[in-house]
Formats: sequence, structure tokens, C-alpha cells
Amino acid sequence: MSANTTTITPRAYLQAQSRWHPLEIAFWLATLLPFVLFPDYLSLASQIAITALFALSLDIILGYAGIVSLGHAAFFGIGAYTAGLISKFGWGDPLSGLVLATAAAGLVGFAVSFIISRFRHFTLIMITLGLGLLAFEAANRAHWLTGGSDGLQGMSIWPVLGIFKFDLYGYTAYAYSLAVLFFVFLGARRLINSPFGLALRGIRENWVRMPAIGADSRAHIRKAFTIAAAIAGLAGAVLAQTTENVSLESISFQRSADVLVMLVLGGAGRLYGGLVGAAIFMVARDQFSGIAPQYWYFWIGVLLVTVVMVLPNGILGGLSHIYARWRRK
Amino acid sequence: MSTPAPPAKDAVALATRGLSKAFGSLAVARDIEINLPVGARYALIGPNGAGKTTLINLMTGMLAPNAGQIFLAGDDITTLGPQERVRRGLARTFQINTLFAGLNALEAVTLAVAERRRIAGKFWRGVGSHSETIEEAYEILRRLRLGDSCYQTTRELPYGRQRLLEIALALATKPKVLLLDEPAAGVPQEESGEVFEAVASLADDLTLLFIEHDMHVVFRFASHIIVLVGGAIFTEGSPAEIAADPGVREVYLGKRKHG
Repeated sequence: MSANTTTITPRAYLQAQSRWHPLEIAFWLATLLPFVLFPDYLSLASQIAITALFALSLDIILGYAGIVSLGHAAFFGIGAYTAGLISKFGWGDPLSGLVLATAAAGLVGFAVSFIISRFRHFTLIMITLGLGLLAFEAANRAHWLTGGSDGLQGMSIWPVLGIFKFDLYGYTAYAYSLAVLFFVFLGARRLINSPFGLALRGIRENWVRMPAIGADSRAHIRKAFTIAAAIAGLAGAVLAQTTENVSLESISFQRSADVLVMLVLGGAGRLYGGLVGAAIFMVARDQFSGIAPQYWYFWIGVLLVTVVMVLPNGILGGLSHIYARWRRK
Repeated sequence: MSTPAPPAKDAVALATRGLSKAFGSLAVARDIEINLPVGARYALIGPNGAGKTTLINLMTGMLAPNAGQIFLAGDDITTLGPQERVRRGLARTFQINTLFAGLNALEAVTLAVAERRRIAGKFWRGVGSHSETIEEAYEILRRLRLGDSCYQTTRELPYGRQRLLEIALALATKPKVLLLDEPAAGVPQEESGEVFEAVASLADDLTLLFIEHDMHVVFRFASHIIVLVGGAIFTEGSPAEIAADPGVREVYLGKRKHG
């Protein structure tokens, strides 16, 4: 161990942190498999990619900066409704719809971040929970605009780039969701390996020390929260566009709770945790609800409790632990 | 109450005037007036509960005083937040390790340097591409003899090295004034010399105030000693004067009651 770690220069060491691991390349190649192996499940694959994107956005604030949110679906919903309404009122171009929906969620996230950055721990959980419920009821009440519990109907999405029509089998939907997920992931990966990513980890590791090294933690948190909100909105927009409707469920507490469960299952603070967690959660839901449609959450509960007890850093945390031990041998 | 004259700008690095703080009816700082000349090596001593750490918390802005002012290089910084004071050159270390447990030493000091260089908000370039920042961080670690263990996660570092990392983090802010709260606390006596030698090797124009219980260390490294008792300055003077002061002896032997 000492031979190869002490000779490496500090700069090379930090650069190596952000180098692509072969497993990462394998992971992204594997995301293409559904096109070949499970062509009947492309809609599910698309939902997984969207949920993974949503979980990735939560990972930036929860996994890296240690900011727990129980109301993250608010931004997902804002993105979904924005994309839905733009298309309903006559502008069906998907890409510009994504941009506008992302901006809307990011803007609301920026405003909310001024509250978020002032609080910690339990208070913060309650505030985000409250804001999430607020957003849900607002969407519910604004029936004239959002369709309330009936959902937003009448969307019409044009072909992507004017070429790729959203088909019944979900080819375009999955390709579209996966492409968005991949490009945002590249950005998130860069962010995590940047000085800003280091500062977020600093906030997570020691909130008290940050001001003592001259850091403005609140400014960092505002920035991270805004970015996370924007990405959550983007995920919501992709869901709205690929399914051509927005249900009230997209802004519900259930969605906030689910994404938290996925991130904890997969492993927070390791970028791929949300992606793996989303895949496991969505496939489990698909399978379990086939067996017992009423009680499928029972099994998610069992899975969550088991993982948290046995693998405190989630499934990826456990796997990387095994991998590290195996390499040391 | 008469307003004392503000300190001279060039000669006094850090000064307090009438600094007072009470928690309820318990006065933890009473009318404290301190002048730290540029380049000073001052020790702050006193029995447990004398308010030494409280004084550092007040000076660094982690506690707000009830009365009084704090001057850094002649500027009133009393109303500034902790991070603004750090950015103006007033840094501290903590008696109980206050480190980034999950980061390694290189990452932690790189973060502190990045904050000082105001690049810690940049998220579009990898840390690895900021070579000057990394080199500066590594240089600080090397000077404190942490170069070999800089890739080790902080929580896995031996305790003595963690104490040095405390100082490294403070140095990364390029302080003009450094307040060290028992830098060798918890370090075995034979190793505490290493910590203080690291401290002594710091630049001459750096102004230092340190809290320390070991009188051998105090007499060896301090040019001037301030004795704090019951939240007030009991006396101050050169090491020789303090050593000869019968009152100080009594305070330390607990013969006298202070309320």
C-alpha cells in the first residue's frame, strides 16, 4: 500500500480521483441492454432512468452536503407541471420544454434555498416536509391549471429534434430519458470532483469547521440546493413528456419518500447509489406488485430495513467495501 | 464607562477593548483588554473554567460579546461573522479536534486553500486541475511533516497527526493572527514538543496566541503570558515576571477563592 500511495504526487492523486473506472464504463454500456434484451420493458426502463435522475439530484444535497430533504418531489412536480403546461398550451418541442421546466424548478429552488441554508438537522427535515406538502396542496387546489387529482391532460409532445417520435413501445422514451440522465450525470460527476464538490463534503463532514477555514457554507448550500432543484425539475419534465401526462402523484410526499428510500438503498454520497437504488426499487415494485398489488410496499420495507441494518452505506457501500478487501489481498 | 483609545494600526495585530460576555448570571469574560503586537508569541493561561476558550470564541466571532470591541489590525471587526474574520486573517485551531473526518489530509487542506483563494464555489473544473492550490496545500502539509500521511483519511490518522492537521487547516487560511487552543491537548508529553516545534517554526511576522497548560512549554515558547482567572485578566507579563508572581502560584494551587 505504502509503495504506490506515497510516491504519487498530490496533483496526480487528486486527478486520479476523477478518472473513469472500468466498472463505470461497464455500467453505462449495460444501460443500453434493455434495447436488446428487454424490448417489452422499455417504458419501465425509461421510468427507471427518470427516477435515477431524480435520485441523483437528491444525492447532490443529501449524499454530499448532508442536507436531508423530505420534500424533494416539490421540484420534480414543478418541472413536470411546467413541461406539461408548456406543451398543453401549444409548444410541444421537448428540448426547449426541458430547458424551461429546469429553469422554473431551479428558480423556485433558489428562492427556497435561502430558507434551507439557515437550518440543519431535524428543523430542516420538518421545513422540507412542510414545503413539500404545501406544493402538493397548491397543485391540488389549482385544479383549473393542473387538473388536480384528475391529472394534467391534453399534452402533445412533438418529435425530439423534429425527428424521433415518442412511440408506443418506448424506444424514443428510453433513449431520451437515458440521454438526459447520462449528460446530467457527466455534469454531476464533474461537480462532485470540483473544488465545490470538496466544499460540499466539507459541510457534510464538519459544519462547525467550515466558517473557521473562511468558508461561507450557506452560499455553498444555496448553490447546491438550486442545482439539485433544477435537476429534480428536469427529471419531472422528462416524465411528463415521455408519458404525456402529469399526475398529482408526481408532486406527492410519497415520491419524496420513495426517492429517499432509493438513495439510502443504493448508497448516498457515491453518485451511482441513486441510480442503482432507483433500478432496484422500480424493478422490485414492478415484480412485487405483480404478486401482491396491495402489499408490495411491505417488501420494500423489508428490503430497506435489511439494507440499512446490514449495509449502513447502502448496497454500493457494501459492494465497494467487498471490492476494496478483495483488492487488498 | 470611558472609551479606551483604539489600538495603533501598525503595531497591534489583534486587540480587545472592554470585551465582556455572560451566560445568564455567569460572567465568562469581564472587561478584557488585550493587545497582541505584530509577531507576538503570547500564551494565555489560567485554571480550568477561567474562560480561555470563551475568549478565543469571542475573538473569532463564534460567540457574540455582550459588550466591548475587537480590532484586527486596527479595524473594528466586532460585528463580522466568523468566516469574514478568517478571510481578514484571523484564524484559530480547536482544543477538541474539529476536523473533516471523512476527508484525507490533502483534501481537507486543499479545501481550506481553495476557500481562501475563493475558488471553492467553482464546480465546472476538477480539483486536480487547480495545481497551484494543490501545491500550496501540500507545501503546508509537508512543513508540518504530514506529507507522508496526506492520503490517509483524517479519522484514521494517529491523534498527534490530527493535532498537526488542526494547525495545517488554520495555516491554509494564511492568517496574520493565529489563536491556538491547546494545540498539544491530549498528545503524550514526549510528542507535544513536536507540535510546539511546528508552531515555533511558523513565520516570524505571524502573531500567535496560544492556550497551554504545560508550564514548561509555556515558558519555553511564550514571550509574554496573560493569566486569566474567572473571566478576567488576573495579571500579565514576561515569563520571568509570571514565574515570580506569588499570586499566580496561589491561583494555580487553588489557595484563593475566585467567584
